[in-house]
Amino acid sequence: MSLVADKLEKRFGGTLAVDGISFEAAPGKVLGLLGPNGAGKSTTISMLAGLIAPDRGAVRIDGRPLGTGADPGKRSLGLVPQEIALFEELPARANLALFGALYGLAGKALATRIAAVLELTSLAERSADPPREFSGGMKRRLNIACALLHEPNILLLDEPTVGVDPQSRNAIFETLEALARAGHTLIYTTHYMEEAERLADRIVVIDHGKVLADDTLAGLLATSATRSILILALETAPDAATLAEIGALPGIRDTELKGTTLTVAAAELGIAAPRVLERLATRGCRCIELTSRRANLEDVFLSLTGRTLRDP
Amino acid sequence: MSNAGTAFRALVVKDVLTFLRDRRAIAVSVVTPILIAAFFGSMFGGEGSREIAKLPVAIVDEDQSDLSREIVADLSADAALAAVALDRAAARARVLSGKSAVAIVLPSGFGAAAPRALFGAGAKPPVELLYDPSQGFAQAIVSGLLTQHVMERVTRDLFGGGGSPAAPHAGGGGLTLPFSISATAIASGPAYNSYAHSFAGMSVQFILFMGVDAGIGLLLMRQSGVWRRLRAAPLSRAMLLGARLCGTTLIALVILTLVYAVAGLLFHVRIEGSVVGFAMIAVAFAALAAATGLMVAALGRSVAATRGIATLVTLMLVMLGGAWVPTFIFPTWLQRVTLLVPTHWAVSGLDAMSWRAQPFGAALAPTAVLLGFALVFALVALWRFEDTAE
Repeated sequence: MSLVADKLEKRFGGTLAVDGISFEAAPGKVLGLLGPNGAGKSTTISMLAGLIAPDRGAVRIDGRPLGTGADPGKRSLGLVPQEIALFEELPARANLALFGALYGLAGKALATRIAAVLELTSLAERSADPPREFSGGMKRRLNIACALLHEPNILLLDEPTVGVDPQSRNAIFETLEALARAGHTLIYTTHYMEEAERLADRIVVIDHGKVLADDTLAGLLATSATRSILILALETAPDAATLAEIGALPGIRDTELKGTTLTVAAAELGIAAPRVLERLATRGCRCIELTSRRANLEDVFLSLTGRTLRDP
Repeated sequence: MSNAGTAFRALVVKDVLTFLRDRRAIAVSVVTPILIAAFFGSMFGGEGSREIAKLPVAIVDEDQSDLSREIVADLSADAALAAVALDRAAARARVLSGKSAVAIVLPSGFGAAAPRALFGAGAKPPVELLYDPSQGFAQAIVSGLLTQHVMERVTRDLFGGGGSPAAPHAGGGGLTLPFSISATAIASGPAYNSYAHSFAGMSVQFILFMGVDAGIGLLLMRQSGVWRRLRAAPLSRAMLLGARLCGTTLIALVILTLVYAVAGLLFHVRIEGSVVGFAMIAVAFAALAAATGLMVAALGRSVAATRGIATLVTLMLVMLGGAWVPTFIFPTWLQRVTLLVPTHWAVSGLDAMSWRAQPFGAALAPTAVLLGFALVFALVALWRFEDTAE
């Protein structure tokens, strides 16, 4: 099933939280919704999940508009909230039974699905224990399992790995990759670049309620003005005038000085590196080490929004 | 200042600032003691110039003599009594239902016998006091007032006009009380059990608290994201709130059943009236407690604010409902107000079906009122409950 966000708009009082967001999530693919805190990700997810109605625009599942409340279109959706949305005192199995029953599952069908999702999330051995006795990672896996019971075609994951250790995060990734391979549509919000880079087939960058970019990772990197990053360890820190001269060189996008380490964002490594080194030498700044890397999603995001994902 | 002192001061300042920033909590903290103090102050006489509570009594004049009519008129005019003249059967029914604390029955021949008995000549006419055993002290008050009015009226008639007293067949002794009092507790069941009212009142109070706790639980679900997950299912908000209402109602019923089971086993509290009527009132009150919790949660918005409002609302409902003290000692205006308070109907309904031994018909009004309030509260909750916190 495909899910289309069509010019979604949502206002809370005087604040325009979502301002005309559009994108399409295709079956069997993971769409990464990337943005800093307050960018409008959670509001967008709430509209995609039918929790709140957009003021303008529409959410469409296979062309059919999605409503709120008891809209049967919600059966196609599974929501993994950002919070650990579980009954902490009830055993894991009882949590699953409840959330399965909300979608009409009962009896043998429910038992079969509970067993399947416990297996998928590697929680079968702890199914009789309440979540309050679980580790953070286990709670997150159960949080995901609860959204999978009714076999939704589309899974909405709102920052599902917050506070999770690397091992559990990897287990969650494997589960999600298996779901995508099985043909599910996944929409995944995060402010962890490495998660988007690993999971997302397509990345939608949003900020201030608007879509800034919508492409594959390769496409975003290819179209970014920043392709390479130079990291120079200097013997002494250059003065402000030298930094300004380097920033003004052709092909240089940005500079950042931390102590005696200078980071330079450049369009083309081969052209930028000699020019930067020459200018530093001219100004008496000796470079003792030079490393470079390709620009990543974090760099793309920085060049698009002017801030990092974890900026407040 | 030492490090510990700095930290200590910072912690204290933090607590005070946190409290001051929650305006709703401040309001509740201030308003609750004011309202409770005002309530009890008003109940026990206010500033001394206010209207005092009138004791509801029924008067049966089986004599219909001039003297008995005068005494009935005097009693009716007494500022401490709210008297109503009835026949014996109606008066008895009124006491049974709790509408009158005492019924005074002036017997046939009272007018002729009392003046003679004043001087110890002839038998004293027996005045019956039929009293509500749950309001036993009212009987003593009425005895005193009755004695005062009879003595005033009999002596005025005998010594009025300035001449020597028209003492018929005066005996050798002095003046005596010209009537005897026969006090009888009126209850339909085998015997009044004071535990019955206590269990009705306390059941109402603590089930109401449980209902409010369930409302707060709803807010905690919203805070933890569980409510968001529930709303993601293809279910309407009305359905989810309705399920919460039903669940809490069932819990309230279980509590009420267990409390009354213990009351029956250990304190011999019996459902002397209609069992079906008791069950109807129990279900209606359980629904009311659940709906009250939902409404308080909807109006309170945040967990902290709701806890404060819940305490205030519950205490006021319980006090006005007569769970702590009987409503007849309230001022008259407040007694009228209690008719608008659902807990009054719950306590009096449970009383009616237990020790008052009232028939099924007496359960209809309390049930209807409780269900009506529950419906209104549930609709307010549905209208005002927000899916997301403020």
